[in-house]
Amino acid sequence: MAVTAIGKRGLTQRTAFSLLVLATAIVTIPVLFIIVYIIVNGAGAISWEFLIQPPSQAGKAGGIFPAIVGTLYLMLGALIFSLPVGVLAGIYLTEYARDNWLTRLINMAILNLAGVPSIVYGLFGLGLFVMAMHFGMSLLAASLTLACQALAMTITTSREAIIAVPREYREGSLAIGATKWQTIRHVVLPQALPGIITGAILAMSRAAGETAPILVVGAAFILPGLPGSPFDQFMALPYHLYTAAAHVPGMPKVTVWGIALVLLAVVLSFNSLAIFIRIRVRQRRFGL
Amino acid sequence: MSVNYEVLSNRAAPTSETKLKTEKVNLFYGTFQALRNISLDVPKQAITAIIGPSGCGKSSFLRLFNRMNDLIIGARVAGAVEIDDIDIYDKDVDVVELRKRVGMVFQKPNPFPMSVFENVVFGPRRHGKTNRHELAGIVEQSLRQAALWDEVKDKLGQSALALSGGQQQRLCIARVLAVEPEVILMDEPCSALDPIATLRIEDLMRNLSDDYTIVIVTHNMQQAARVSDMAAFLMMEEDRAGTLVEYGPTSQLFTNPKDKRTEDYITGRFG
Repeated sequence: MAVTAIGKRGLTQRTAFSLLVLATAIVTIPVLFIIVYIIVNGAGAISWEFLIQPPSQAGKAGGIFPAIVGTLYLMLGALIFSLPVGVLAGIYLTEYARDNWLTRLINMAILNLAGVPSIVYGLFGLGLFVMAMHFGMSLLAASLTLACQALAMTITTSREAIIAVPREYREGSLAIGATKWQTIRHVVLPQALPGIITGAILAMSRAAGETAPILVVGAAFILPGLPGSPFDQFMALPYHLYTAAAHVPGMPKVTVWGIALVLLAVVLSFNSLAIFIRIRVRQRRFGL
Repeated sequence: MSVNYEVLSNRAAPTSETKLKTEKVNLFYGTFQALRNISLDVPKQAITAIIGPSGCGKSSFLRLFNRMNDLIIGARVAGAVEIDDIDIYDKDVDVVELRKRVGMVFQKPNPFPMSVFENVVFGPRRHGKTNRHELAGIVEQSLRQAALWDEVKDKLGQSALALSGGQQQRLCIARVLAVEPEVILMDEPCSALDPIATLRIEDLMRNLSDDYTIVIVTHNMQQAARVSDMAAFLMMEEDRAGTLVEYGPTSQLFTNPKDKRTEDYITGRFG
């Protein structure tokens, strides 16, 4: 009797384990497949010229340099606008706002912001930054639009990182006569920083991949050079990829895959950077 | 029935000068009453121990003196809590200034995840001291006072989290001393430490009590008997509000308690 019971339990455990492995595989294998497929098909396009030259012949020849730089500009612009606002809002919501219906409503609204379709942000940016504020179709308008979209994530990750700082640290600081702001500035924020930075970088790499919002606020398919000021139009990798793949007859397939590969590399390297920073700060904190 | 407690009977009775005082103090968390009508005088430069069963409000009572209960939403105090005859719940009192005068050491050692040096100078820095030389002096003096200097003088730059639990707790005491308080509140400071580390902290407390007024909450009655000059016994009433059952010199409370409930508690009949 006992033997069969154990056998049955062993079977259940093996089944459960197999299911878990299967689920993990279902998630992982397509991702790996996509990455490998893009590398295999796009590697042929990658050359020094491809990376540092402007496009010619409607993108069929030349390189994608302005699109790479445009995407980096957009990430930087979105970071500059969304990180300070995100962190300050995170501090306010966790440390200062009273726990009442208004705060809860705001928190819920922020969570919902992350679910708003990105084209809606694009139209919002078009209405507010391009038209109402007269920034025109420009890098500035696009950065601000992407920053709005990134805000949901930077506020949420900042809040979570701040909440995760143990109460003992705050009490230890307050109990020796530090003010609330000093406690936030010197104890809470340094502790929350890795989480905040990680969230910000992940938000940036998501902004780097956005096509729909920038489509309507200033992205151009072909520009001969880099934007000279924040009020110029710009090229960006995802939009370039979309147009090259869908709207240019006779576009060499390998070029399209090459653009995809560069975009993937940009996004993945920023994600890796986020992970790297998180690990480094964690090690330093524990004096290892 | 008698239980032998090792009471330091050779100690001089505390001076009659009162440092802290509560007068019919009541503490509420929302509608829940945590403390009822507690009146107690804490003598200057002595150790006063607060003992009592779990949940009787010992920690809440301790946190009245540096207004740490303010951090809890819905906490309300009625009655008077005084330091040097000044009501600390008065509107004009600056809580930050109060907490400089009344430092606190917590149950779980909570050094900041910074170097040993930065932990000690955290308070002085926040209060505007920036001179490197002066700060270094404060570090040495505070760590010496906390009986930690010899163990950490060569690793001031290392993370405080690399220290042992007992060292961390002495570092937390040094961090409080660096602010030059008058009173040190200790909330079960040894409950997370091994017996050797506990005895070191107790020795330290005895030494510090020459200069500082110390109030300690402890679960450990041997500890209360060993270190304190005065002892207060708190208990819960039926509605779970904490009240003061008995307060007096430690030697008297532990060897000749006046109240039957105190005797039951210290002889281990409940709690």
